[in-house]
Amino acid sequence: MDIYTRRKAINYLNLTFATLTTLFGLFFLTWLLWILFERGFSHVDWNLFVLDTPGPGDEAGGLRNAIVGSLMLTVVGVLIGAPVGILAGTYLAEFGRYALISHAVRFINDVLLSAPSIVIGVFVYEVMVIPMGNFSGWSGAVALSIIVIPVVVRTTEDMLRLVPDTMREAAAALGAPQWKVVTRVVLKAAISGVMTGILLAIARIAGETAPLLFTALNNQFFTLNMDRPIGNLPVMIFNFAMGPYDNWHDLAWAGSLLITLTVLALNILTRIFLRPKK
Amino acid sequence: MTEVNMTPLNVQEKALADSGIQLDVTRAIGGADSPPATDSPAGSAVIENAKIEVKRLDFHYGKFHALHDISMRIPERQVTAFIGPSGCGKSTLLRTFNRIYDLYPGQRATGEILLDGRNILDRREDINTLRAKVGMVFQKPTPFPMSIYDNIAFGVRLYERLPRRDMDERVEWALKKAALWDEVKDILRRSGKALSGGQQQRLCIARAIAVKPEVVLLDEPASALDPISTLKIEELISELKDSYTIAIVTHNMQQAARVSDYTAFMYLGKLIEFSDTQTLFTNPASTRTEDYITGRFG
Repeated sequence: MDIYTRRKAINYLNLTFATLTTLFGLFFLTWLLWILFERGFSHVDWNLFVLDTPGPGDEAGGLRNAIVGSLMLTVVGVLIGAPVGILAGTYLAEFGRYALISHAVRFINDVLLSAPSIVIGVFVYEVMVIPMGNFSGWSGAVALSIIVIPVVVRTTEDMLRLVPDTMREAAAALGAPQWKVVTRVVLKAAISGVMTGILLAIARIAGETAPLLFTALNNQFFTLNMDRPIGNLPVMIFNFAMGPYDNWHDLAWAGSLLITLTVLALNILTRIFLRPKK
Repeated sequence: MTEVNMTPLNVQEKALADSGIQLDVTRAIGGADSPPATDSPAGSAVIENAKIEVKRLDFHYGKFHALHDISMRIPERQVTAFIGPSGCGKSTLLRTFNRIYDLYPGQRATGEILLDGRNILDRREDINTLRAKVGMVFQKPTPFPMSIYDNIAFGVRLYERLPRRDMDERVEWALKKAALWDEVKDILRRSGKALSGGQQQRLCIARAIAVKPEVVLLDEPASALDPISTLKIEELISELKDSYTIAIVTHNMQQAARVSDYTAFMYLGKLIEFSDTQTLFTNPASTRTEDYITGRFG
């Protein structure tokens, strides 16, 4: 066999395997989405958003308390986590770029990034739930923020580093002090990337269950009180999917579909943010 | 063209050089107050009205010794070009004049650089005040991620609190100086990144002169541009020299010959020759200069 035929054959073989493995991955993703839609879509209706989760034996029910609770936990979690993450990421990329402590911070951040979320749940249980004496929305939000921080630190640092040093030099050459160079020019240049990091962090915490099991717990009733246990979608799915009632199962499917669609929407949003502007 | 002031000493050197005798080490150039330098450059430049005076400057990137004992005087309201092969230290030298190297740890300059008689390498010297006086334009156009108007106003706002109308006037003035006004006057709110490469570079020049510096440093300002944009930048340089002291680093010897009044040739971190541009290109004192400008190396 001459070399060109051989190269063609190897090329063909590799392409075939690459295509097959891609299809293998896509198959399960499609299957998952298919089942979610099949089981969940028919239960997505108006009642889902206006009624609260049903108790044992209740007929009608929705997910209002869990949806609102999830939104509150996520929003507060991001409000705590994102500023900390942006400030720390900015420090790593700009002010402490050559500092010794930055290497340690970066390393610890990477560890935190891959820490099992249940560990974070147990940690917050120990430092917040036990001293406060009860499960609460606040402790749930703090647990989520601990997941948000390393994601935002990492993306912020990476995105700021993508801004060429010539931009920093150009601003410094005009006589701008470093904090102005960073806030007015560099962060502005990287803003879409930083926003993307926050969206990815939201997508990450949208379906987190383990940290909430130990912190926010769950609440069958509608509440806006963050001092008390608060309803949320992931723990609701966890409980209802294992419950004995059919209407609970239906609500668990509907909730799963809602979370998945939210994550999908967030990912599409990040694509739009990162799209090069003309 | 510039006049060539030759001291008797220089005439003597020139005669020697012309007769084929090489003079790598010549006597100090410049005014009588310059210190006795051990390794002064060849050349005939006699600068009486120096805006910047470099005295025995050494520069290190970490352990790498990039500039060796540079001494020279850069004349006020003239264009001084720096030429030499890649890595010869010409950009490094330019970057000491506004201490932009300060952004990076491990880079350090020793010696003296006097701007109007004040040593800017002195630690007590305020770096932002220095950079207000010494503007810089880089090789790649670097418009900030904001509107054309704000690109110009950014620098001005660092030093002056101008009422709206005065700021408008300043922006217009700077853009007119940079020969960009007619092209952008209707799109001032549009992003600076929407401009073409040549327009972006003129925007950067406008941004640098908007803060009314005294010196403008140009680090290969046209090397990323097409010939027409290059021509515009070169015309601009000739116009700006009436008001500013200009130092330009260029890879392009024709460009140096076209735009500059004085030219410095650098090689391996040393200043080999510093002469008025016409002399350097027609009758160089050093054979290394001659080899370079005739294309025998570099």
